[in-house]
Amino acid sequence: MSTLTASDIDPLLSLSGVTKSFPGVRALSDVSLNLYPGKVTALVGENGAGKSTVVKVLTGIYQPDEGEIEIEGQQVRFPTPQSAESAGVTAIHQETVLFDELSVAENIFLGHAPKGKFGLIDKSVMTSRASEILSGIGANIEPSATLKDLGTANKHLVAIARALSIDARAVIMDEPTAALSQKEIEELYDLVEGLKAQGKAILFISHKFDEIFRIADFYTVYRDGQMVGEGAITDVSEPELVKMMVGRDVNQIYPERDHNIGTDILEVEGYEHPTEFADIGFNLRQGEILGFYGLVGAGRSEFMQALFGITRPSGGTVKIDGAPVTIRSPADAVECGIVYVPEDRGRQGTIGALPIFQNVTLPSLARTSRHGFINLANEFKLAREYTERLDLRAASLDTDVGNLSGGNQQKVVIAKWLATRPKVIILDEPTKGIDIGSKAAVHEFMAELAAQGLAIIMVSSEIPEIVGMSDRVIVMREGRIATELNRAEITPETLVSHAAGIREAAQ
Amino acid sequence: MKRFLASRELLLLIAIGLLLGVISSRFPAFIAPSNLVAVFNDTSPLILLAIGQMIVILTKCIDLSVAANLALTGMVVSLINIAVPGLPIVVMLFIAVAFGAVLGMFNGLLVWKLAIPPIVVTLGTMTIFRGTIFLLTEGKWVNSHEMSDTFKAFPRTEILGLPVLSWIAIAVVILFTIVMTRTTLGRAFYAAGGNPHAATYAGINVGRTQFWAFTISGALAGLTGYLWVSRFAVAYVDVAGGFELTVVAACVIGGVSIMGGIGSVPGALLGALFLGIIANALPVVNISPFWQMAISGGAIIIAVVLNAQANRTPGRIILKRAEHAT
Repeated sequence: MSTLTASDIDPLLSLSGVTKSFPGVRALSDVSLNLYPGKVTALVGENGAGKSTVVKVLTGIYQPDEGEIEIEGQQVRFPTPQSAESAGVTAIHQETVLFDELSVAENIFLGHAPKGKFGLIDKSVMTSRASEILSGIGANIEPSATLKDLGTANKHLVAIARALSIDARAVIMDEPTAALSQKEIEELYDLVEGLKAQGKAILFISHKFDEIFRIADFYTVYRDGQMVGEGAITDVSEPELVKMMVGRDVNQIYPERDHNIGTDILEVEGYEHPTEFADIGFNLRQGEILGFYGLVGAGRSEFMQALFGITRPSGGTVKIDGAPVTIRSPADAVECGIVYVPEDRGRQGTIGALPIFQNVTLPSLARTSRHGFINLANEFKLAREYTERLDLRAASLDTDVGNLSGGNQQKVVIAKWLATRPKVIILDEPTKGIDIGSKAAVHEFMAELAAQGLAIIMVSSEIPEIVGMSDRVIVMREGRIATELNRAEITPETLVSHAAGIREAAQ
Repeated sequence: MKRFLASRELLLLIAIGLLLGVISSRFPAFIAPSNLVAVFNDTSPLILLAIGQMIVILTKCIDLSVAANLALTGMVVSLINIAVPGLPIVVMLFIAVAFGAVLGMFNGLLVWKLAIPPIVVTLGTMTIFRGTIFLLTEGKWVNSHEMSDTFKAFPRTEILGLPVLSWIAIAVVILFTIVMTRTTLGRAFYAAGGNPHAATYAGINVGRTQFWAFTISGALAGLTGYLWVSRFAVAYVDVAGGFELTVVAACVIGGVSIMGGIGSVPGALLGALFLGIIANALPVVNISPFWQMAISGGAIIIAVVLNAQANRTPGRIILKRAEHAT
């Protein structure tokens, strides 16, 4: 397959000249996309390049303003999601779109359940076919189980089973590995190989380059709603792909830092929770970046939320600058100088209906008000100071945050937390799901904050980021600290082996 | 100010202007100052309740018990008036506000501490409050002759040509405009409803914020309860029956998003005035009260459609040039 080029085979599904606009925004501009039978096409692009929009066009959720969709050379239209499904196009979404309260079999066959007498759903046929499909993809899931009782990986398998149940010819996988552990990812690769062998055309959307080079046959690159390149994956190198994505050379090297580490600022001892984590103890020093690594579900975020006062621990002590403090609520934590930048910045970060300045000052209102009355002049001053520091370009601080681009909303979130003048900042997956260009900017900014003496806890599942940024790393496994690694000991191998609990390798 | 001029409040102001224009083209007397004062005074209770309701809706809740709270508080102050006729009006006002606030706190506590959906809580308390009036009175009315003269006279007393009832509405509008725009509590209402998760991370206790919203709504309902029974000089179980829906309608017409996070005191004021003008104008124009319901309903749907248009998410704003255009 090394010399395979796109012109050798006819595409199963092809999109050409597709344009899609939203009020004030052109999300897709004259893009094309080809999927070939038995091949994996990787769709690559920065956040907001139009990948999700094109998926929605392909699955009948959006109607393109212009352009054509062809299946085996026949022009088709997908006015509804059902019409896309019946044409054999199906998507496995980034966030699994399934129904928690329904059974596995019902989820798989929702919308196209096998019908028996009088048009009623034939439950026994449905169950047996569901278990057939599930065992076909090597999933050990009971069709009668309720979906909410399954773990993330199994839910994903149900989504895949659903895709297969409609006899799909083209399968779209939108960041399918985002929520999976390394072992589950391997299983997914096997599954993709199986689908390829069945001659299905696969669209694989991912931010992870190792995955793309591992699994894809072709690539297509989008940038700012336009297609900027396509071809066989063997004809392209990683730096070339990156260059196409961002339209410039990107320095993928992590920022140089002079590791100017001061005295202890945060000491945590014996933190425990009845169900989520136990015996967490560590210290954190000024100017230090402390990485928290672990597999998904190792209890890192759960511990951080307890440290920040969102959930209550059942025991343990926290000291700030040597003095014990009690954190019962996020307000207490902010008061103590601890801030938490959550992973889900869209949902947990900004308030779209409020203007920029009110978002920035929200956790600092105690400082801009007296006796409960807000001093608007102080408030604007504080907001201006921190938005300028982050180089936030918006027409006015009075603009509603909901009208800003994703990147600028992110800046609002960071400005908001810096404005509280924290001592310790917890960053939960600071670069998850963001493009390479923005990642480098986030990393540089972290280095800058550390150089200013801020202590940073960085929760991350990305090994290069952990290795590149951390002064020390705490690896968590199953709710406990597996090990603490010094700078010299941080290697991808030690991280993975401790996180996965492989004893021989971990020594 | 720039925000205000470009906003739905302005749109509503124009709509009210058009409405008055149409009415006055047939009945010029309707826009005589004395009549407009009468219309405002008649709408004052709705304005008071709509402001409280607006704050509750801002926090993603709803208070269906406002009218029942009004009726119960009205009955309680009437009974107190019978028992202690000489009680100074200031004390009576304080009792009404405090009693209403306690009823609101009851709603708030259930929503905050037990995390029961607000619509269920207030549907329950609505029935409880009305039931309590029945228990207190066994269904009997408190009539005009049983109330003391000072008790009845207070809301009608004119100061500078306006009845006290109107002055109270004006004072509450000003007070809550300040609360909503200039205090940390006001900001918390917007934040808690706009994005509860983000508000939590910013150190705002969303449940407690909702509790205060219900308390304010209850306090205003209590205040309105006294003003209502003294103005109409009668208190009974079904006072202001079904009025909670008019209050919610005023909020929706006033641009308050039922999803929370969006709304303003001027919006609630204008929404209430819009309904007040329709209610007062239709009998003058000789249109049946059934049409009044249809027109109010139509106005609600138009308002919701307009707001939905305005609040439509503007896509992901991928292109740089689009950002400043919005």
